[in-house]
Amino acid sequence: MGEKISLFKEDGRRTDGRALDELRPIKIKVGVLSNAQGSAYIEQGKNKILAAVYGPKEALPKHISLPDRCILRCRYHMAPFSTPERKNPAPSRREIELSMILRNALESLVMTSLFPRTVIDIFIEVLQADGGTRCAGLTAAVLALADAGIPLKGLAAACAVGKAEGKVIVDLNDLEDKYGEADMPIAYNPTLDGITLLQMDGIMSKEEIEQALSLAITATQKIHKMQVDALKERFSFSRREV
Amino acid sequence: MSITEQRPIISKLEKQELFRFLAEGRRVDGRSLLQYRNLSVQLGYIEKAEGSALVELGNTKVLAAVKVGVALPFADTPNEGILIVNAELVPLASPVFEPGPPSEESISLARYVDRSIRESKTIDLSSLCIVPGRSVYSLYIDLYILDYDGNLIDASVIASVNALSTTMLPKYSLEGQNIKKLDEYFKLELKDYPVSLTYAFFGDKYVVDPCLNEEYASDFTVSMTVKSDDRFCAIQKNGGGMLSPRSFLDLLEKSITLGKELRRVAYSQIVKK
Repeated sequence: MGEKISLFKEDGRRTDGRALDELRPIKIKVGVLSNAQGSAYIEQGKNKILAAVYGPKEALPKHISLPDRCILRCRYHMAPFSTPERKNPAPSRREIELSMILRNALESLVMTSLFPRTVIDIFIEVLQADGGTRCAGLTAAVLALADAGIPLKGLAAACAVGKAEGKVIVDLNDLEDKYGEADMPIAYNPTLDGITLLQMDGIMSKEEIEQALSLAITATQKIHKMQVDALKERFSFSRREV
Repeated sequence: MSITEQRPIISKLEKQELFRFLAEGRRVDGRSLLQYRNLSVQLGYIEKAEGSALVELGNTKVLAAVKVGVALPFADTPNEGILIVNAELVPLASPVFEPGPPSEESISLARYVDRSIRESKTIDLSSLCIVPGRSVYSLYIDLYILDYDGNLIDASVIASVNALSTTMLPKYSLEGQNIKKLDEYFKLELKDYPVSLTYAFFGDKYVVDPCLNEEYASDFTVSMTVKSDDRFCAIQKNGGGMLSPRSFLDLLEKSITLGKELRRVAYSQIVKK
């Protein structure tokens, strides 16, 4: 453990100069890959993440398909060069768990009953990791689904909240994630008022979680606006052409 | 890749009954919505393991065993022992468990139990150092699911903590550059008694400690682990569906109350009075 690491500067701001409830700079672009039906790219702090969607397409082998809805396949993967130490490209236990958690979150958004017997593949590739990759990955994956024209109940934006040196903070960076006391990734759909992804590790009291939740809702609403803007930018071009 | 799971179909009649009962605030097995199943704990079930416990939660059976070894510490924590949790969904426990490499369900279960124990600091890993930077104790908790009737998470956390409480570690002496195992043992000290509470959601209704049919019929489950001081050390939503922030806050409140009750029952044999 790093004994002397301080997560706050003397002026009370965080190591990267942010206020407690401030998001890192976010850049989102929709429609960035040529082969995928839908794709999106997100930069959040030093995170650089690509998401791509293929499908709906025939589910093969047939026994994996469901008669009443489509199935989702999701892979969250970190590139070997995305972390300070080279990461083995084989999927780790963490990546396997996150693939499942992310699939669950997306499953609650996709109108799966519209495409029985088919499969939708979702790939999330972390090119550079800087804390909060599952959240940024989900924000991008939802946009890739929308870009592919797949009917969704709504968009969901994700953001981690947590605690460092006793203070509740928003959008943890790598340092805060490693040395902070708690990390709670949340994905939230503002139109249906629903949490689609929820995890927490570290230690927080009920009151701290309540405070963190309300900060997460505000933060995800901000990211949701950026998602909408990114989609508008993507599709305003085609409208001009028509 | 994570693929949409194929849940076994539960019959329409069973599902209808389940929802009719829920609407009346009851459950098919006669429990109330926030009532836990009967819980029994048998300590020291496996003599060859340094610590073990068999937990029966209704028809769910989980055996946890702790094996102790000596290992090289991780580079970033040279003075800390190593804790590794592994879960086996043994095929004899259920027709839905298949032999083969660990499924995502078993990985996610093991990782949740790991977080519950690690984050709550149930064991002080820095007390498990033999020679700094060279030799530390390694504790492997192996969870064996022997019979599957839902709520593996809560049963596994209870089994792990009970197994750890019975764990005896061999002492080592330093002889020159080497360490030598002595014929003396000391008891692993527990610093906390975390319990996990799992809820299954049906629309805006929820029940605690779902049995398998309730898990299959539910939209999703939420698990949260509460420490002895009522703070939380792990939370996870499993499955699709949306959890309303209102319900999430309700769960926090309920978990503190239910957690106290469950902790009393689950650790009655090991908590010092």
